[in-house]
Amino acid sequence: MNQKHLELTQVAIEFPTPRGPFCALQNVNLTIAKGEFVSLIGHSGCGKSTVLNIVAGLYQATTGGVLLNGREVDEPGPERAVVFQNHSLLPWLTTYQNVELAVKQVFRGRKTRAEMREWIEHNLELVHMSHALHKRPDEISGGMKQRVGIARALAMEPQVLLMDEPFGALDALTRAHLQDSLMEIQADLKNTVIMITHDVDEAVLLSDRIVMMTNGPSATIGEILEVKLPRPRNRIALADNAEYNHYRHQVLSFLYEKQRKVEELQPRRETAASDAGKDASGVDEPKARA
Amino acid sequence: MTAVLLKLKRANPVGWSADQWRSLASGVFFPALGLALFLLVWHAGAQQINTSLGTFPGPVQVLEQWNNLVEEQRQENERRHAFYERQEQRNAELLARNPDAEIRWREYRGRPTFFDQVVTSLVTVVSGFVLASAIAIPLGILIGLSQQVYRAINPLIQVFKPVSPLAWLPLVTLVVSAVYVSSDPMFSRSFLVSMITVTLCSLWPTLINTSVGVSNISKDLQNVSKVLRLNWVTHIRTIVIPSAIPMMFTGLRLSLGIAWMVLIAAEMLAQNPGLGKFVWDEFQNGSSDSLGRICVAVLVIGVIGFLLDRSMLLLQSWVNWDKNAIVR
Repeated sequence: MNQKHLELTQVAIEFPTPRGPFCALQNVNLTIAKGEFVSLIGHSGCGKSTVLNIVAGLYQATTGGVLLNGREVDEPGPERAVVFQNHSLLPWLTTYQNVELAVKQVFRGRKTRAEMREWIEHNLELVHMSHALHKRPDEISGGMKQRVGIARALAMEPQVLLMDEPFGALDALTRAHLQDSLMEIQADLKNTVIMITHDVDEAVLLSDRIVMMTNGPSATIGEILEVKLPRPRNRIALADNAEYNHYRHQVLSFLYEKQRKVEELQPRRETAASDAGKDASGVDEPKARA
Repeated sequence: MTAVLLKLKRANPVGWSADQWRSLASGVFFPALGLALFLLVWHAGAQQINTSLGTFPGPVQVLEQWNNLVEEQRQENERRHAFYERQEQRNAELLARNPDAEIRWREYRGRPTFFDQVVTSLVTVVSGFVLASAIAIPLGILIGLSQQVYRAINPLIQVFKPVSPLAWLPLVTLVVSAVYVSSDPMFSRSFLVSMITVTLCSLWPTLINTSVGVSNISKDLQNVSKVLRLNWVTHIRTIVIPSAIPMMFTGLRLSLGIAWMVLIAAEMLAQNPGLGKFVWDEFQNGSSDSLGRICVAVLVIGVIGFLLDRSMLLLQSWVNWDKNAIVR
């Protein structure tokens, strides 16, 4: 477990704004071993998504860089599959076709048609979506869409699975259900996972390590907490577990004591310009032209 | 009152529920009411207007003229039929007398009727519109995808978009007659002039709407495409075009509407065969029937425009992935 699988070295990023460059992240150093489950937690706007986007290759670090198995990451690719916050399924394709698009792209020439078919069905089976292969995204619930998003990412056979608040938009029950599914899948496949979350319980329950980030601008890694709870973990058994509550407490105290976010009562408009580059997961508002 | 209603309800000869009656009322009754009111106002108003060609025609006179036009079409058909029959007979006789005789087949050349003009106009508008779409959709996608291309082409679009068809027409006419020189032309020159004018004017809505649709593709879907490393053909086919289809069709419908309006104006001005020429000829003709016949043409132009729009809607609901989208 000690080999260097994914390595972030001195990563910093600046976004140009009308008032000069805005430094969103600096001095981010993190080494992740193969098969490790790492959560990134922090207040909104602290640059968690930016870290994920840099690893995904969607953003380029201004200084420093990311190495995956010794090779520099400089563009997006399916070996670093992303599960987006709002599922990002193509609404005009069925669940099967959505996964198929990824599989065809990744395994072209390596799998026969029948093998691909089997692999697509296998991955949808993994997330318990076999009953809705030929439904469009608007015909299934939010939780199901997120499952299909995960199946699509898993089907790429990624070396690292990047999840950007995968369960953030779901209700608590569905979220718990999907967290359990994710734990099962991870126990099976031993993927390396980086997950962004706002949810302290989710972070403690799922992770091997929790990376806690300081507030921006110029956000960086504040503390790293190693979660040594044995697997498989059971949320009900853990609810009364002293160790579990101790971890929870540590994360909470980091977030609400050491890095307490002072929400200014100033109108948000002022910060909007500098926030523009921070959160890549936000949907751009359609801008009219012509 | 209630008793009567209850009796009616119980009798219920068609077996329809209250909802079905209500939807019938809103689907048939109100449109019919609107139409009836319109005819009434038309009828009453027309009698007050005296033109140099007599009283303005009301609905009854227009219906009469419609019947006349149908009758003219029928007579013309008969004449054409008779002409071909005579020709066949003559040729057969010629052959009987001398098997080696040179036989000539002539085409019937009658004055084009109202319905011939309608067909000419339809063919022209559809050709012009198809040509415009074939240019506008790919170009719109290109503009939507590339900020640089957008910056390069946008000023041109903004300048040419508001140009009236009447301004294009002389240029198109001269250029076509200079460039399209052929002893055995596949298309008549007037057809080309009308069609190209239609194309030039109906290009813009499709072009602009397609480019806006393409440039507003959700950031998330673009990221999916990047993570999957889709090549540009697959990117355009699976992500760009489906995203842009609703906007594209908004543009296409606007374009087709403009194409139809422009065509009539162009035909009128250029005296090119079609409905526009029919209207202009009637106007110049100045008989007591002319106003009625022009009214028929106006109504037919309106109905065809409506049908063209409906057919685009039909095409849209057939092509669009979102079958729940409300199209109106």
